[in-house]
Amino acid sequence: MATGEFAAHEAHAHAAPQGFIRKWVFSLDHKVIGLQYYFLALTAVFVGMFLSLLMRIHLIWPGVSLPLFGEIKPEAYLSLLTMHGTIMVFFVLTTAPQGGFGNYFLPIQIGAADMAFPVINMLSFWVTFLAYIVMLSAFFVTGGAPLHGWTGYPPLSALPSAGPGEGLGADLWVISIALFCIGALMSALNFITTTLDMRARGMSLMRMPLTCWAWFITAILGLLAFGVLLAAGILLILDRNAGTSFFVPLVTVNGQLAGHKGGSPLLWQHLFWFFGHPEVYIAILPAMGLCSQLVSVFSRKPIFGYKAMVYAMLSIGIMGFMVWGHHMFMSGMSPYSGFAFSVMTMAIGVPSAIKTFNWLGTLWGGKIRFSSPMLFAIGFVSLFVSGGISGPFLAQPVLDIPLHDTYFVTGHFHLIMGVASIFGIFAATYYWFPKMFGRLMNERLARWHFWFSFVGTYAIFMPMHYLGMAGHPRRYSELTEVGYLHNLLPLQKFITYVAFITIAGQFIFLFNLFWSMKFGKKASDNPWEATTLEWTTATPPPHDNFAGRTPVIHHGPYEYSVPGEPRDFVMQTDPLTVAVR
Amino acid sequence: MGLVLLIIIWLITLISTYFFIAKTWWFPVGASAAAAGIDHYFTVTLLLMGIVFVAAQGILGFFAWRYRDRGTSTVAHYSHGNNRLEIAWTVLTFILFVGLNLMSSSIWASERFRPAQPGAVQVEVTGMQFQWYFRYPGPDSKFGATKPELIDPSTGGEGAVGLDATDAASKDDFVTGTMYLPVGREAEVILRAHDVIHSFFVPGMRFKQDAVPGLAIHMHFTPISTGDYEIVCAELCGLGHYKMHGMLKVVSQQEFDAWLTARESEKQ
Repeated sequence: MATGEFAAHEAHAHAAPQGFIRKWVFSLDHKVIGLQYYFLALTAVFVGMFLSLLMRIHLIWPGVSLPLFGEIKPEAYLSLLTMHGTIMVFFVLTTAPQGGFGNYFLPIQIGAADMAFPVINMLSFWVTFLAYIVMLSAFFVTGGAPLHGWTGYPPLSALPSAGPGEGLGADLWVISIALFCIGALMSALNFITTTLDMRARGMSLMRMPLTCWAWFITAILGLLAFGVLLAAGILLILDRNAGTSFFVPLVTVNGQLAGHKGGSPLLWQHLFWFFGHPEVYIAILPAMGLCSQLVSVFSRKPIFGYKAMVYAMLSIGIMGFMVWGHHMFMSGMSPYSGFAFSVMTMAIGVPSAIKTFNWLGTLWGGKIRFSSPMLFAIGFVSLFVSGGISGPFLAQPVLDIPLHDTYFVTGHFHLIMGVASIFGIFAATYYWFPKMFGRLMNERLARWHFWFSFVGTYAIFMPMHYLGMAGHPRRYSELTEVGYLHNLLPLQKFITYVAFITIAGQFIFLFNLFWSMKFGKKASDNPWEATTLEWTTATPPPHDNFAGRTPVIHHGPYEYSVPGEPRDFVMQTDPLTVAVR
Repeated sequence: MGLVLLIIIWLITLISTYFFIAKTWWFPVGASAAAAGIDHYFTVTLLLMGIVFVAAQGILGFFAWRYRDRGTSTVAHYSHGNNRLEIAWTVLTFILFVGLNLMSSSIWASERFRPAQPGAVQVEVTGMQFQWYFRYPGPDSKFGATKPELIDPSTGGEGAVGLDATDAASKDDFVTGTMYLPVGREAEVILRAHDVIHSFFVPGMRFKQDAVPGLAIHMHFTPISTGDYEIVCAELCGLGHYKMHGMLKVVSQQEFDAWLTARESEKQ
């Protein structure tokens, strides 16, 4: 504890650094690092979205020649798919909610001056940045980016002869993943230590905003999951370059023996999904925490069942490590294991359902203000329900027989871990933008952005469930070879058309973001009339967050509309004037 | 704004649900013994989850409209929750989810726990970039040895799976590019892959199983109607994944026997 506080105080013992390099590039300030993560994720999300657009174009017009790109070949389609998935999962969904907003607001919300280990914090960002550059460079090497999908199943991902892109491109891919793991591990340690040791006086664990709980639990998941992926990545690097055979048995590619013997392709799948399933929760837990926060703030009501929310997130975290085998029902894994994994998977639906009930319970009897963060929070709840409801189909091995590796799965995970999490990022942006930049984002543009995104998301991903039921396999670059896919082409066309419109809508957001930084309406210190600590300090917050004060906390974060109070919200730093319960 | 949210959320719910009920895009007709059971549980799950979906979205839209800020006259209800409700919905969802799972477990058991019956038609299915090969053991009912170093995809047929001609049991084995099965008899498929992972997916049979290098996975299914059924690859296997396509022809026992005899005589 002493070290953590000492380090943080040390970092802020003197005035804020003035030079550009120390202030904005190699900064130790968690707020600047948070923004660095955020803008990294912002570029990544537009890259990832652009790749998906190219994929959608190729799917319905396979022969079309695009300006600058030329014709997209089947193998290029698979590279787009691989890089889309990898960039979105790692550099957007893992980076923005935790590295971005978590970094910026966790210390402020618990009343700390900075993260516990500012230097490690800076390092974790720059390692992540390096990983991002290495990942993008895979596009520009001989053979191009790998085509083995974001899950990188060997032997395909382990053998340079297995396809174009499996040479240097695949090496860069796996090196980037390993680097990312190192950054994520450092960041996880920092979040856990900060939450445990740096809370201000009165900020007991059960008085923390649910956002802090979410970042804390996410960090624990990251610590346990990324270590395993790092190990798997290193073994894969060795299989590819050092002649080992961890994942590759005796195989023949194109009539040539590959020179491996005795490895197990399923070993990778176990290691990968031991990381990969918790990763789903790493992506969505921060959004859950944030939306709990927003639903309460904008309904002007305490969150319904605070403790139940905390326990639900904790049990999601714990059970999240016991369900990875549901990705492997069809893999050749023992069907008895499959049954056990499926029982656990159905059980993990329970805490997710509890959260939904509590969000609805919070809205009930509220006085709802439909500001843009709230619109995205309500959108999140809706998407979370829709994406969640298809889970119990896929969690039953019997139904997974026809549905596994079809578009049903693509629709399911895009709704829930993809777009629901992205809605969390949007909600967080609209909510915290005034604190970060001192101005409000344009509300009219934000609403247009919401309607484009909300309706567009459903129109894109709901039809994918229908495709999946009809037996449409995922990751098919062309729909010409299989007879029954011809009937599904109209639906694929519809999805592409909607994707064009929805993607166009995202530029409203981009414009609003940068326009509002310069021209947005000046924000007060607490524009949403919320109670948590970030709204007690200046806008934007000073270098040490509270300008030399140390906040003292008197109660939990959700005291809205308390009967007898003069205002309908009581800051965490203000005592309640009436006795509650 | 509350009213607009209500309308949009309800509309989305209505349209999404409509296409599930109208079955505009749906599973192909099930043609295996297990299909009816699998489809039944899909319907049961769809019904239960459909109710949850419509209820949750319906309530979300309704609350957004009903509890919108209407100015000074409304005051938000001050409440930190209700433990009885928490316990009630925890228990209910637990029963719903885990119960659903246990209900479907008997089909899973019959599909995957028990081995194929004696007397099942044996076919070895081999996946290779980007082709399915089907090997029949011939009159001796024994599969001959294969050797990886003998694999030569350019030959097609027996050479593609690396059949060792020196093994006595392999003399009458033959390999085809189209799968034939007799109707009404269980088929035991032995799944192999020689390069990367593939997945043998026959939507009409409600059958799917990965073929993994280094493993010989034994599975079974029983076709119950004659006809042609498309076989696709459901695990990303490289640039030709989309065209790794085959055909299963389910025929009468007589036609199947005649087909076997013809292949045998070709082989001699």
